[in-house]
Amino acid sequence: MKTKSLIYYALISSIFLFSLVSIWKILVMLQGVELKNLNFAIIITLGIAISLLNLLIGEKLNYLIKSTFFALIFTFVDGYIVQVMPIWYNIGIFAILIFYSLKINKYNQEYLASEHSSQIVVFDFLTLFGIVLFSFVILFPFYMMLITSFKTQAALLINPLDFSINFNQDFKELFKSYFVIFDTYKFGRYILISTFVSVGTVIVTLLFAIPAAYAVARLNFFGKNFLSTSILIIYMFPAIVLVIPLYTVFSQLGLRNSVGGLLIVYTATTLPVAIYMLQGYFRSIPKELEEAAIMDKLNWFGIIIKIILPLSIPAISSVALYVFMIAWNEFLFSLMFLDNPNSFTLSRAIQYLSGDAETPRQYLMAGSVVVTIPVLLIFVYFEKYLVSGLTAGSVKG
Amino acid sequence: MSDTLSKIEKRTAYVLILPAVFLVFSIILFPIFANVWISFKEVGLKDIRIPEPRAKKIVKSIKDNPDQLKVIYKLRNSSLILEIRDVKFQDKLPKNFKPINLDERCRVKSNKIYCEFGNWKAKYKENFQILLQSSDGKQINKKEIKTIKPKLTGKSDNILLNTNFTLKNFKKVFFQNEFFDLLSTTFYYTFFGTVGSIVFGILTAQLVNQKFFGRTFMRSVLLFPYVGPVVALAYTWELLLDPYSGTLNNLLMNFQVIQEPLNLLGQKYLTINFFGFDFKLRLALTTVIIFEIWRYFPLAFLFILARLQAVPKELYEAAEVDGAGPLQKFTNITLPQITAVISILFMIRFIWNFNKFEDIFLLTGGASGTRTLPINVYEQGFTISDIGMGSAVSIVIVALLLIFMFVYFKLIGKRADEN
Repeated sequence: MKTKSLIYYALISSIFLFSLVSIWKILVMLQGVELKNLNFAIIITLGIAISLLNLLIGEKLNYLIKSTFFALIFTFVDGYIVQVMPIWYNIGIFAILIFYSLKINKYNQEYLASEHSSQIVVFDFLTLFGIVLFSFVILFPFYMMLITSFKTQAALLINPLDFSINFNQDFKELFKSYFVIFDTYKFGRYILISTFVSVGTVIVTLLFAIPAAYAVARLNFFGKNFLSTSILIIYMFPAIVLVIPLYTVFSQLGLRNSVGGLLIVYTATTLPVAIYMLQGYFRSIPKELEEAAIMDKLNWFGIIIKIILPLSIPAISSVALYVFMIAWNEFLFSLMFLDNPNSFTLSRAIQYLSGDAETPRQYLMAGSVVVTIPVLLIFVYFEKYLVSGLTAGSVKG
Repeated sequence: MSDTLSKIEKRTAYVLILPAVFLVFSIILFPIFANVWISFKEVGLKDIRIPEPRAKKIVKSIKDNPDQLKVIYKLRNSSLILEIRDVKFQDKLPKNFKPINLDERCRVKSNKIYCEFGNWKAKYKENFQILLQSSDGKQINKKEIKTIKPKLTGKSDNILLNTNFTLKNFKKVFFQNEFFDLLSTTFYYTFFGTVGSIVFGILTAQLVNQKFFGRTFMRSVLLFPYVGPVVALAYTWELLLDPYSGTLNNLLMNFQVIQEPLNLLGQKYLTINFFGFDFKLRLALTTVIIFEIWRYFPLAFLFILARLQAVPKELYEAAEVDGAGPLQKFTNITLPQITAVISILFMIRFIWNFNKFEDIFLLTGGASGTRTLPINVYEQGFTISDIGMGSAVSIVIVALLLIFMFVYFKLIGKRADEN
């Protein structure tokens, strides 16, 4: 056994244990339990002790008994330090310790003697650490968004750290923020507008992009190479440099404050990437199929409808979902073009809500939940399509 | 025969691409060129409204004479700056009424009154009256007359279309706008945001490339910040970071990590004492960069993961046989395999972060040292209402962007030559 490996193993595993326990403590504390100290020194010492014990005992004990033993020791010591805590806190600690003990079970004296063992230990624990930490850091804001929408202004101000939800209250009380944003702030209307704009953008973009992509992929014409290279360059141009001219022109044409104007802009900004994604896919369809169709005297319209479309459903779904997501989340143009509350999209409506400092934050968060849930659901459900869309349309930022 | 076929092919191709090209041209390319035009003009937000001749109609009965009605039109030029030429007026009269002592600028033709008012200066106002005499003594509903709206037309110069140009805007951009401050903030934000998101992208891709329980779930979760709507996420972060009632500050104070709440989004500098030296950290800017990394590392993650999964397993197996540890495997196999992806990602993210507007706008509004060039476009154009200045800043952005792209394609070309 190498000393270096041993030190790495003991230190990094106990730091990992500390981070697990701390995250659990934070989550418990957010349920309104008073907890002032993470006891860094004690937990680290305990962690080192357990990891060393694990090496000493090795395989003399069944690993399940060993894990339970460690978990019990830790839970009791920890319970003694933090004093009065609800029983589910201790159960959580116990579960974490079982998980931890099972993870360190594979390290024994021989293992730590092998070559590169110190590096392997570091990599293993960094992986675990990374998974836990990244999940926490990413999910926490979403968790907070959801919880805040169920709280009341008073409760939020009294103790901003109390994330507990009182499920005993009336259904109407619990969902009060949602009732308010739908009744008072007309969010129902904004959902309809956002849906209309996003779905409209998808349909119009596909109507424009499919023929164009087919032409770029299959037909020979003057300026083709120029066109296909310029598609991506055009796509790199950011919305912020388009805003002022579009604002002036749309103001003079009376297209501002109209959903139609927004639809045109969204379509134009997503078209280049839609064409780029689709033409790549169309190229992969065997040409022979179309040659047979030309024999049957189908024109290009027939070819696209009867041959290309049925074969490219996956690519078209990717594009459609990607465009939907862009249009649904879009903020800059809706900020610039819409200033009449009757034609707001969801994003713009939330921004408008926040502009009034008096708006209670739970309404703001309820609105945020309403705008976030559809995209996340669509994303989780159609992940496969969306991921390929994201990678192809990656440049959108 | 083949000649006609290729002609048909060409024609078909143009028909197919024309709608898309037209739309992209008018909404993306035209504005970019229009920016150049506007940036050389002195135009404010209020100037872009086209001046309109307007008339407010008031109907009054006359006490002494029930057979007569007075119709007053409050005429005005809606613009405070521009003249309207050849104003023409048209209104419908009720059937049983005839105008008397009609203004000489007007004439009546079959129940309709036509007037030519000539030119109206900016801010022009006039109370124009018509006296109506009933021809049959019948009463008339005043409201009915009021609901008929007069029509007015006139010609005016569009300030955007005249040919007065000035260099004022660019002078202001470079000399009065704290330009180098703006530029350095933008680069700081762009560079650290890009590097940070790529570093975290590499870390997470490396994580998810291993086998563990809940891996697919983890992959979805990692993409949440990227697919979520920016408005919702920015406001959530704002609440999270609030100095008084925000969760983060209260958490840190609860565990005695900090004694005083930190105004993470509202404080420009934070002085950190490090081994006796005072460092000034740009606090709000750092927070905004962290948000940016949080939101965009998933993209780097996705790209790098896709690349990692394509690395042949044999490479790692061979390395293991040669006695390489995890670190050597990473530096000698993984890193060389992903450098190409990283360089592309760096360029793409750099360009996009350079132009990022929404995130900073929603989090700080450009205050406390987070004013970047895109924020400045908005501020000049819509807060200060100077459209010309906004356009000039946009032009600077486009110019820098073209330089980046040029460098990018040069490098890509070089790379392609090497392989």
